[in-house]
Amino acid sequence: MRDVVIIGIGETEFGELWDKSLREIGIEAGLKALQDGGVRGEEVDRMYIGNMSAGKLIDQEHVAPLIADYAGLSHIPSTRVESGGASGGMALSEAYKTVASGMDDIVVVGGAEKMTDVGEEEAKKILSSTADQEWEIVFGATFDSLYAMMARYHMDEYGTTREQLAEVAVKNHSNASKNPMAQFPRETNKDFVMGAPMVSEPLGMFDCAPLSDGGAALVLCPAERADEFEGQPVEIVSMGEGGDTIAVHEREDIGTLKATKRAAKKAYERADITAEDIDFAEVHDNFTITEIMAIEDLGFFDKGEGGPATEEGRTRLNSEISINTSGGLKAKGRPVGAVGISQAVEAVEQLREDAGDRQVEDPEYGLTHNMGGTGASAVVHIFRRWS
Amino acid sequence: MAIPRFWREIRQRYKGIGVECKNCGEIFFPPRDICPECRRESYQKMEEYELKGTGEVVTYTKVYEPHPEFKDLSPYVMAIIEMDEGVRVTGHLVDIDYEQVERGMKVEASMRKLGQDSPEGLIYYGYKFWPLDNNE
Repeated sequence: MRDVVIIGIGETEFGELWDKSLREIGIEAGLKALQDGGVRGEEVDRMYIGNMSAGKLIDQEHVAPLIADYAGLSHIPSTRVESGGASGGMALSEAYKTVASGMDDIVVVGGAEKMTDVGEEEAKKILSSTADQEWEIVFGATFDSLYAMMARYHMDEYGTTREQLAEVAVKNHSNASKNPMAQFPRETNKDFVMGAPMVSEPLGMFDCAPLSDGGAALVLCPAERADEFEGQPVEIVSMGEGGDTIAVHEREDIGTLKATKRAAKKAYERADITAEDIDFAEVHDNFTITEIMAIEDLGFFDKGEGGPATEEGRTRLNSEISINTSGGLKAKGRPVGAVGISQAVEAVEQLREDAGDRQVEDPEYGLTHNMGGTGASAVVHIFRRWS
Repeated sequence: MAIPRFWREIRQRYKGIGVECKNCGEIFFPPRDICPECRRESYQKMEEYELKGTGEVVTYTKVYEPHPEFKDLSPYVMAIIEMDEGVRVTGHLVDIDYEQVERGMKVEASMRKLGQDSPEGLIYYGYKFWPLDNNE
């Protein structure tokens, strides 16, 4: 296995991008990444695209060659990777394995989703198709309600409170206010979050990530070739993936994200570090409860301590561990297939010390955590400053 | 959901029929072709098992933003129920206010209408749950 670095990053603004199509979003992110890395199109060997549901959202399958074609790279192999909400992270894993194995040298990996061409009801229905259609959704469950039941379980089990959930949203909005690419770059407060209309008890509107359009892209190459390109490299130290049951009700402990634990364990082992070595992390906060469970299951806090730790400010920017410095899915936005790649973009900006007002002080290790469905798939990447 | 996809599982949905692994004795619902523990040892040793229909609440929520086909019922209570046999399912919890639901509450399954494709369309039935005490 070869060491792998990211040499180029690019992303679009996240939000309701009415005037941009999926292919335009993909190309904008990809071109920015190539430009940032100082890589020419003809040097690219292969492309992966993370995308959850272009078939349902815009009636277009086969989106990887489509984007490659419109980027002027119709001759290279390109593949879409789908793993629900973890599509982007899993696409990065494929790209990482491709370069690490020696199969290819210069690999572009992007993520893109166009969610606002359909109405909100339709988009939420499509999101729910990453859960078990036949044994959860057909009985009246929604995607939100499945996470709401995890939240209720976590509250009953560990005493987690609605106030603690609200603090996740407040923190992530505060971080997003320092991120020019965020969909909601503005502060909010606990009373406002808790006063928002209920979506599925105990989760209100501000406990849920939005529906977004957006794309992000990375250029990977073997570490031994990093010097050939202009982009400041950041090392991908390791990767871990994990699985769990597709339906929430099949899980013995509904308050634990087992796929996340499994993915993290592998990633830490392969990097030969522990959770304590991580300076900042982008975690999959599709709901406020998910961030609380994730920071526990990634090993940053003991089980049940995620809520209190958040409330005490231990996950704020430049506190004990900076969580979701980008604003997370909650406030930076959630173009589903782009999420895992966008998290990596943030990790690279932080480790290049290029994150402006939201810069983590002197970071060495960063972690990204991307999750599919209600947690049936999860992928963790660990990044290190290049020296 | 497409008609054949629903039809294939009518017996399980209407009668709560799962399977028992004759290799280890574990009960599964919905039915599985192989036991995830015994895997190949369980192949062709999975036999039908009808759930008794009683269980208790593991976790629950009140849904305010349902999918379109459930709008008429909104808001409603959804719960994950652990059946007495140990298997868990997701379903509506009816005839009770959200505020009165709690973990461990005993419930019973009943077949109810789940939805309908259109006013003249196919009606979907399946299990829902109600509190055991209220029914005595």
